[in-house]
Amino acid sequence: MITLSHYIVFGAVLFCIAVAGLFINRKNVIVLLMAIELMLLAVNTNFVAFSRFLGDVSGQVFVFFILTVAAAESAIGLAILVLLFRNRDTINIAEIDDLKG
Amino acid sequence: MTLSTSILLIIALAPLAGCLLAGFLGKAIGRAGAHGATILGVAVSCALSFWVLYQLVWGGAPVYNQNVYTWFEIGRFSASVGFLVDRLTAMMMVVVTFVSLLVHVYTIGYMADDDGYQRFFSYISLFTFSMLMLVMSNNFMQLFFGWEAVGLVSYLLIGFWYKRPTAIFANLKAFLVNRVGDFGFLLGIAAVLYFLGTLDYGTAFASAGSLVGRTLQVTQNTHWDAATVICVLLFIGAMGKSAQVPLHVWLPDSMEGPTPISALIHAATMVTAGIFMVARMSPLYELSDGALSFVMVIGATGALFTGLIGIVQNDIKRVVAYSTLSQLGYMTVALGVSAYAGAVFHLMTHAFFKALLFLGAGSVIIAMHHEQDMRYMGGLRKYMPVTWITMWIGSLALVAIPFTSGFYSKDAIIEAVGASHRWGSGYAYFCVLAGAFVTALYTFRQMYLTFHGKERFVVVHDHGHGRHAHDHAHGHAAAHGHGGADAAVSPEEHPSDEPGHGEPGVLHHPPKESPWVVTLPLVLLAIPSLLVGFLTVGPVLFGGWFGQAVRVEEANDVLGELAREFHGATAMALHGFWSLPFGLVVLAFAITTYIYLFNPALAGRIKRALKPLYVVLDRKYWFDTVYFAVFARGGVALGRALWKGGDAAVIDGALVNGSAGLVERIAAGMRRLQSGYLYHYAVAMILGLVLLLGGYWLIGQNGQ
Repeated sequence: MITLSHYIVFGAVLFCIAVAGLFINRKNVIVLLMAIELMLLAVNTNFVAFSRFLGDVSGQVFVFFILTVAAAESAIGLAILVLLFRNRDTINIAEIDDLKG
Repeated sequence: MTLSTSILLIIALAPLAGCLLAGFLGKAIGRAGAHGATILGVAVSCALSFWVLYQLVWGGAPVYNQNVYTWFEIGRFSASVGFLVDRLTAMMMVVVTFVSLLVHVYTIGYMADDDGYQRFFSYISLFTFSMLMLVMSNNFMQLFFGWEAVGLVSYLLIGFWYKRPTAIFANLKAFLVNRVGDFGFLLGIAAVLYFLGTLDYGTAFASAGSLVGRTLQVTQNTHWDAATVICVLLFIGAMGKSAQVPLHVWLPDSMEGPTPISALIHAATMVTAGIFMVARMSPLYELSDGALSFVMVIGATGALFTGLIGIVQNDIKRVVAYSTLSQLGYMTVALGVSAYAGAVFHLMTHAFFKALLFLGAGSVIIAMHHEQDMRYMGGLRKYMPVTWITMWIGSLALVAIPFTSGFYSKDAIIEAVGASHRWGSGYAYFCVLAGAFVTALYTFRQMYLTFHGKERFVVVHDHGHGRHAHDHAHGHAAAHGHGGADAAVSPEEHPSDEPGHGEPGVLHHPPKESPWVVTLPLVLLAIPSLLVGFLTVGPVLFGGWFGQAVRVEEANDVLGELAREFHGATAMALHGFWSLPFGLVVLAFAITTYIYLFNPALAGRIKRALKPLYVVLDRKYWFDTVYFAVFARGGVALGRALWKGGDAAVIDGALVNGSAGLVERIAAGMRRLQSGYLYHYAVAMILGLVLLLGGYWLIGQNGQ
């Protein structure tokens, strides 16, 4: 029997994987974007699980919104990435440190 | 017959009106307008002052003492402008306005070529106004106003030629030294207010008796007598203004100012303000024998030791300046033995003959084309007879030859000191006697060096043309180099001055008598220098002429003792021929005559023989050196310490730049956190989020 706590743990695991992806990855902006997507998915999982558990469909409606926004965001993110690569010939994060004080 | 307020107001304000006209409208009214306006103002003042004196002495007018204007009120204390006109005031008014009037006239000649003509007239009229406010005042506040105002004008006039560094140094010095005295004076006024609760003369003097037995607690076990504290503090003010040892150092340097100013301010009137003030405060001074002894010792020291310096001076004006210091010492000694009338009497006669001597010296300086060094004079008597004769009259009055006015005042002072039994009077008696000898020495030396003996200047008649302006300017600069106080001559005015004018003792015209505007004041001053003493000694000195203006305790009344032996001015003068001071004068006359007329080389030999003494005198007892080392250097060092330590280190370094530096250092530390890597920011955000949520969670748990 799969209970609510399984979904919540699954979401938390996904989220942690995403955070770990942010930290450990030091090379690639695309991986960063993917990690962020993963975070959103973790949140979505929680939304769906609670929606089903509480019998309230609005949680699932939110998930659709989030998926839509995430798609737009990914598109913009990838477009920025293309421009970044065109301007700097790299997408290595270690080299993108313009904010360094 | 009573004195009217409006007349007194006109006396005080007429010179102020002249000053404002000449000062602010000087350009518009021109030179003639400037001297016309100021002379008219002072002449009106002078005439009305004589009228006031006449009313008081012969018209039987009562003493005038009224407030005419409320200056300000603070709580119970109100300061007024008012006049107290008794015989003491009236005499001062006459002396001030009369000498001032003559100096105004003289200035027309002396400053004829100066660019600052209108400014000069404006200043001296302002001085007359200030001095009148000082002497006519009926309260301490107004006295202090006049006191500071004459100090200001003195400052302005010493530095009249403000482009000359020596003049600027001298006026700064005068101002600073006077500040020392004025500080004491202000404390004295504060003490009067503290103990007597009023600054009005009449009220203060009436309640002066209440000071007896009162003390000022200084420390736990030290109590100072109130009257002594007040009197000594007030006298410190007088020491500054009247140039008493050790605050005398500014007066010789004040000779940097134009000669008319030396005559008016630094000899005849302003420097006697201290003497006048002490005489006016006699009801207070009579309460304190200690303060009077202090006054006497200071005065006696000045009378003898500054006179000694006069013997070694070569600058004709400086000789007269040291003579002034010495004579001020005499007046102060007279105050110290409670012979207030004697002091004021000497003040009056001294004003005439010292103004005469200064103006005469100025006349000589004009004739010598602004050469002041007596070593390059000599034999001038045949070139300028009027100056010669009038200066001899002034000199005879100064050395107190019987029948001259100086004799009556000075001899009375010497006798009064001899009759006094106050502590220190033995020392004072020795000083004034020796001072009489010294006075004669430097006076005769000055007269011989200037007017007699061989001419020590050369007159060069080479009327080449073409290089005038340039060479003149050059020579003139050199002439200033040895500390001369002239500059009244501008190059255009003396087109015939030749190359080499700067060499001392080389003239291009023979010296000639000065114009009438210069000699007329000399003659008008010579007359009172000869006669005023003879005419007034009986009533003024011995007749209680000043009435209630001067209060002397029975036990201190040395003049009263002398008055019993006084049998008329003629008898006093005849007796004077057999007195010790006259013997000393004759001795000095014989010595100087022999040295300077018959054996000029002897002076140099004496100088070499007494080398150490000469050095001491030439260095003026190292007063200047010590003051410079201690106060001037000390002041500079203190200023530098505050600048470097206080301003640069604490305020700039620690506070302003320090706080900025602290921010910078903190920021430099924080800067390391800004790695610029995206994932670091992400960690920070997530950590923040975790902390925030964790915090809420903890608070939520505790709240339940």
